Amino acid sequence: MSGLTPELLAWTAFKVLAAILFFGMNIAGLLGWVERKQSAVMQDRIGANRADIFGITLLGLFHPIADAIKMLTKENFQPKGVYQPLYSLAPVIAMGAGMFCLAALPFGGVVQFAGRAWSLQPIDCSVGVPLVLAALAFGVHGVVMAGYASGSNYGLLGALRGAAQMIASEVCLASSLAGVLLIYGTLDFQQAVTWQGAHVWGIVVQPLAFILFLTAGAAVTKRAPFDLPEGESEIVGFHVEYSGMKFGMFLITDFMESIVVCGVIASLFLGGWTIPGLDLPAMGPLGGALMLASFSFKVLALLFLLMQIRWTLPRFRFDQLLDLCWKNVLPLSLLNFLATVWGVYLWR
Amino acid sequence: MTVKVVERPRRTFATQIYIVEVWKGLAITFRHLFVNLYRHVLHRANASVTIQYPEDPAVLGHRARTRHRLLKRDDGSPRCTACLLCETICPAKCIRITAENAPDVLVEKRAKTFDIDLGMCIFCGYCVEACPVDAIHMDANDVAITSYSRKDMIWNMAELMGDKKKPASTPDA
Repeated sequence: MSGLTPELLAWTAFKVLAAILFFGMNIAGLLGWVERKQSAVMQDRIGANRADIFGITLLGLFHPIADAIKMLTKENFQPKGVYQPLYSLAPVIAMGAGMFCLAALPFGGVVQFAGRAWSLQPIDCSVGVPLVLAALAFGVHGVVMAGYASGSNYGLLGALRGAAQMIASEVCLASSLAGVLLIYGTLDFQQAVTWQGAHVWGIVVQPLAFILFLTAGAAVTKRAPFDLPEGESEIVGFHVEYSGMKFGMFLITDFMESIVVCGVIASLFLGGWTIPGLDLPAMGPLGGALMLASFSFKVLALLFLLMQIRWTLPRFRFDQLLDLCWKNVLPLSLLNFLATVWGVYLWR
Repeated sequence: MTVKVVERPRRTFATQIYIVEVWKGLAITFRHLFVNLYRHVLHRANASVTIQYPEDPAVLGHRARTRHRLLKRDDGSPRCTACLLCETICPAKCIRITAENAPDVLVEKRAKTFDIDLGMCIFCGYCVEACPVDAIHMDANDVAITSYSRKDMIWNMAELMGDKKKPASTPDA
């Protein structure tokens, strides 16, 4: 890093805040609406359309705002027997881990503007991929803490399920990326995106890894069809003793993790911020805007696909999920890695 | 009579790897999504099956049993002859009839008052079955019968015949 000048620090702080508060929170809020509306339309229903401001409903877009107001003004009911420090810390850790991952995603490349090079990636880091995977794995601490500190057996059961599920899927997540990272020869998101811009998208060279990562990614977000840490009819879940905004933070965490997983898929398999046929880094500020637009579009398209999968597939049983992760996805991804190693060895 | 043996669908390798099945399921839901979106954009009526009840009228089945209705003769007098069969058969005991002499000697008897407590009614339809003169029906197709008090759930004869509109119930009544 060439000198931490004040304007560089300010730019980095601005980028991180923009990624988390503008990109992350807005899309997470929007996902609440998408979740309702997309499921409704594909099930021949209308969906939530009653929240209005002065009679304007705007296709139910005010429902996330109503949700936020409800959660912020709700009583923060706290049962007896909770372990206060961890109980309060758990949602912060769960959400913070997701938010941190967002800040490490490559929203864009380096743009030349006003005689300087501006990187559009909030946290410019040469080990971006392991950083994101580690931070994503850190989220499981929030889940376990929530279940343990709430002093409820149901919460603990949900937390144990969550821990087992997230470890299983994290392993698959990392191992399915091994092959594609070997081809790129880097752990840096930025270089991976540049490689894809120069050659082909990762999904072309590693289609199996894409499917495996998508599966493991869907499992790591704890959303249906893998929403086993929370079972409304059996154990309610690790956040059973939470209410108000603390529960809302767990809710947002799921959306945040979905965004992160989609961001990783977009940057490692779908070419990141590149647009085929356009040399974006040479186009200045316009190129920067196009980078952001391209990356956002890919993330939103993937979120749309994940949301559709979430509303199409029935829920997995817990043993089915563990079988899927440990006995199918993990061996397949290791085989994929071995084949990739062989291929790269022959190719070089 | 022949017994048709249905073969249980086999789990083949193609279904076991699940990817193909996931794609088939996604094809169905994507088709519904896009077809419905297209219809929504064009404001077609068949875009969804949702009935937005308070704004749109409730759609009831042909055989739905709803609020009672007392029928009249051609001359406008009530058909009810106060035989009390409906009151007798009512399992919920929600019908209360008092009888009086009818001016028409052929009819002999008629209802002076006819109250149905809809708060107690179980909508079994026995009163309709029991009535020998076809005076009571359960086809008013009115499902908005809620009120703020138990007292307001009692409908009297004029209201059941449609001569008088039931006054709206208020919270403090």
